Amino acid sequence: MNLAQIVDQLHLTLLTEPRDLTELQPSGGYTSDLLSCVMSGAKQRSLWVTLQAHGNIVAVAALLDLCAVIITEGAQPEPATIEKANQEGIILLSTNEPSFAVVGKLWEIGLRSC
Amino acid sequence: MTPTPPSKNVLINDQVAENITRTEELAYELRVNEVMTSSPKILSPEMIMRDVVEMFRKARISGAPVVQDENLVGIISMEDLIHCLCQSDLDAQASKYMTRNVLTVKGTDPVVEALKIFVSSKVGRLPVIDDQGRLIGILTKGDITRGLLKALQRDIQVEEIRKYRASHLFEDIESDRTSLILRYNIKPRDFTHGGAASSNIKRALLRLGASPQIARRCGIAVYEAEMNLIIHTLRGGVIRVEIEPNRISIEAYDDGPGIPDVELAMKPGYSTASEEIRELGFGAGMGLANIARCVDNMVIESVVDKGTRLKMRINLDKEESVGEGYSSRLDGGIS
Repeated sequence: MNLAQIVDQLHLTLLTEPRDLTELQPSGGYTSDLLSCVMSGAKQRSLWVTLQAHGNIVAVAALLDLCAVIITEGAQPEPATIEKANQEGIILLSTNEPSFAVVGKLWEIGLRSC
Repeated sequence: MTPTPPSKNVLINDQVAENITRTEELAYELRVNEVMTSSPKILSPEMIMRDVVEMFRKARISGAPVVQDENLVGIISMEDLIHCLCQSDLDAQASKYMTRNVLTVKGTDPVVEALKIFVSSKVGRLPVIDDQGRLIGILTKGDITRGLLKALQRDIQVEEIRKYRASHLFEDIESDRTSLILRYNIKPRDFTHGGAASSNIKRALLRLGASPQIARRCGIAVYEAEMNLIIHTLRGGVIRVEIEPNRISIEAYDDGPGIPDVELAMKPGYSTASEEIRELGFGAGMGLANIARCVDNMVIESVVDKGTRLKMRINLDKEESVGEGYSSRLDGGIS
């Protein structure tokens, strides 16, 4: 399953600059709002579901080579955060749904490894 | 025509400059003569329109400049051609249907000037002239796209070369012990730049030829140390990374407040972070535990009211060595 299909099925909004999402295949998923837990638990190229929207999520995603970050509950990152994400090549996605619903849907469409 | 000067009401401050993409930069760096099509197909004013159509068809072009004695006198585009066809006047000369007041660019103009004309005038192609007004080429939007793509490709190659050179950094330097030291000053409560030092260190290691796994481990360890300095210290601290071919030694030190009980601080889940900081997602009490997982060796020395010194080491075996290039790894023999 590629990221474009996930964005499509979960009706996610792409916050960072457009790019070809069909070539990105998330390896799995991880959810937590505690950055150190993400640091220790998220695998390379996985999808991170969080309601944190501040600038440090980009640093975490870049250091861990994550596939993308799904920001939940409509939390809106600052423009500077989005710009930083563009520079680092990190994809930020947004949804109004809570993390629980997002993770449930990801599981349902087959993203199950963590 | 004279090139339009850059808009005077927009002041390029640091904030704006940060948002300029590499493509935009290139539009200013690249010159029209670097991306244009040189020696384009040209027409003479006497050429019969029927032959013009035939030439366009064969060369698969949709317009061409009209030149007389080396001087540009007009241009024929699809629009002119359609005009001629509507009149069923294919036996007329090119001079009858050509557009005479032609917009041009100079070969030495930056590409951005041509882009401005394309945007404001909706023309499909621009004849390129030299200082004497002689035609030296033709420029389409396609030429610009191709030129920008080639330049971006060159950028990638430059990064590859940079990486290659850095990965051989230690090879030509003779000493009993060569190392590269990187220092980063970390300010307290500077969440905006949190993770900058670790990102830079990770990038440096990748350039030096470190494996992605090593760069990742080092990045995580430095990130946690960096955030600790940002969250807990009174006056910030320093991260010092010493890179040697066979090991990476990291030190994070500060001058207070110090950790009263280091053993307790090491316990996963234990945190002294304030509620405010926890709301940002920090203070999970996992930082030091994460570091311990990522490095081969770690030592914390801390004195209350004096400061803390966190020392970490990542050992690199022969295959993972940095800065010495692949050949020396082979010379050393991989067991």
